[in-house]
Formats: sequence, structure tokens, C-alpha cells
Amino acid sequence: MTQVKTQVNPSTVIDARGARFSAAITTAVLATALATSNLWVIVAQAIVFAIGAFRGPQFTPYALIFKNIVKLRLKSAVVTEDVRPPQFAQSVGLLFALAAIAGSITGISGLFVVAVSFALAAAFLNAAFNFCLGCEMYLLLLRARKPQAS
Amino acid sequence: MIVLALASAYGFWYQRSRGVIKAKERAVVITAQMIGAPLGSRASLVQFSSAFCTPCRATRALLENVVEDLEDVVHIDIDAEDHLELVRQLNILSTPTTLILDSKGHEVGRAVGAPKREQVLNALAAIR
Repeated sequence: MTQVKTQVNPSTVIDARGARFSAAITTAVLATALATSNLWVIVAQAIVFAIGAFRGPQFTPYALIFKNIVKLRLKSAVVTEDVRPPQFAQSVGLLFALAAIAGSITGISGLFVVAVSFALAAAFLNAAFNFCLGCEMYLLLLRARKPQAS
Repeated sequence: MIVLALASAYGFWYQRSRGVIKAKERAVVITAQMIGAPLGSRASLVQFSSAFCTPCRATRALLENVVEDLEDVVHIDIDAEDHLELVRQLNILSTPTTLILDSKGHEVGRAVGAPKREQVLNALAAIR
């Protein structure tokens, strides 16, 4: 019955269905970017990722479509989630999008393809399988960043 | 297309493997000192969580609820970020990861991802 809470403080919650809807649109946009190798598609997606990463995933254009159109038509119960996991995922998405833009501008098409592919895979997994990028990556990043004391 | 096919394969594996409690036999003995909280007299559920983790919240709610009815089992929620040495020592790769310990602190089971109530209850029932 003992509860020990070293957990982080509760923060803003958002509609989890919105985050998943956004991931579905992101998947379509990134698939288009990969299929057409079009720089401007990935630039547009990078802007969306940037809004999601810095302001919050509930403020992206995709989230606004969800809030103003899709949500009104949904009858299922609202499922909320902490805003930080999707915000983390948006930041990772932004990094991949920036890498893809860099690849496109410098003419390293391999970088563009690999970066967009990773972002596409993550967005697709999120939309289709409820994949939690922060769960899988954050701890590994921390472990890699802070080397062992010994 | 290849990207989506590979991602799908991984996705199916991901969905099937998350939350499944795997039996473990480990030499490492986890002490109250290591996790900063006393162990349960029969068993302990030690959960590792992080900030960027949606299923951690559901896991916490489930495990808190499970131990409510069990006098001799405790639930301990640990922020992985603050315990990186322990995380390395126990080879924890993602959150939530829940360790099931017996009274002596031996790890007898481990679930990566949000576990199912029934599985947790079964695993606890097997511990004397």
C-alpha cells in the first residue's frame, strides 16, 4: 500500500485522439514528401513540427483541423494524455525534417531519403499502432548522453 | 512502400510485445536502498517511468489499484531520469518497465510497456 512518488508533476493534458489524428496527417504528408522528393512539402511539415515542438502539439494546423472539424463529429469518449510525450515526438520529427532539408539543399539525396523515412516510420507507427516514441527513445538518449560514471 | 512495410512489421511486434510479463531469473538482488523505498513483505512492483511516456500514467493507475487490495505487495514508481545508474544496472531500455520482485528483492518478472491487470495478478499469485 506504500506509494512512493518520485514522478514528475502533472502537466497539461490534451485529447489523445487529436494527437493520433495529427500523426495520421503527418504520415500522409511525409509519404508525399518521400514519393515526390519535394523540398517544399518537407519544409511545410518542418514548420508544423516546429509549432508542435515549441508551442505544443495542440496548436499545430493539424490539431486545429481536429479540434474544429473532426472532434465535433466524434462520439467516442474523450481520452486525454499528457502533452509532453507528443511534444517530444514533435521535436524528434523536427530534427529529422531539418536533416532532410539540409540533405536536399546540399544535394545529399541519401540524407533526405533516410531522414524522411525515419520520420515517416515514426509517424505511421504512432498513427497505426499507438507507438510511443518518447517511451522508446528518451531513456536511450539519456543513457547515451550521460556516460557511465565509472 | 518499403518504409511502411518495415514499420508495419515492427508495429505488430511492438503491439504484441508491450506489456507482456516475462519470467526472469536474475542474479541481481534489488534492495530497498537501491530504490529508496521499503520492499513489500511478499512482493513489490517496481515501475520505471519518464516524462515523455503516455502509457506510464495508465500503468501507474493500474498498479496502484492492484496493490490497494494486497497488504503484502507494494508499488514503487521510480523516475528513470533520476536513477540512471540503476537503470543501467538493471538494463532498462524504455518506459514504462515494471519489475516484479519477490520478498527478497529477486526479480522474478518484467513487463516492458503497460501490463495487463490479469497478468500482473497471475504473476503476483505465483509469488509466495
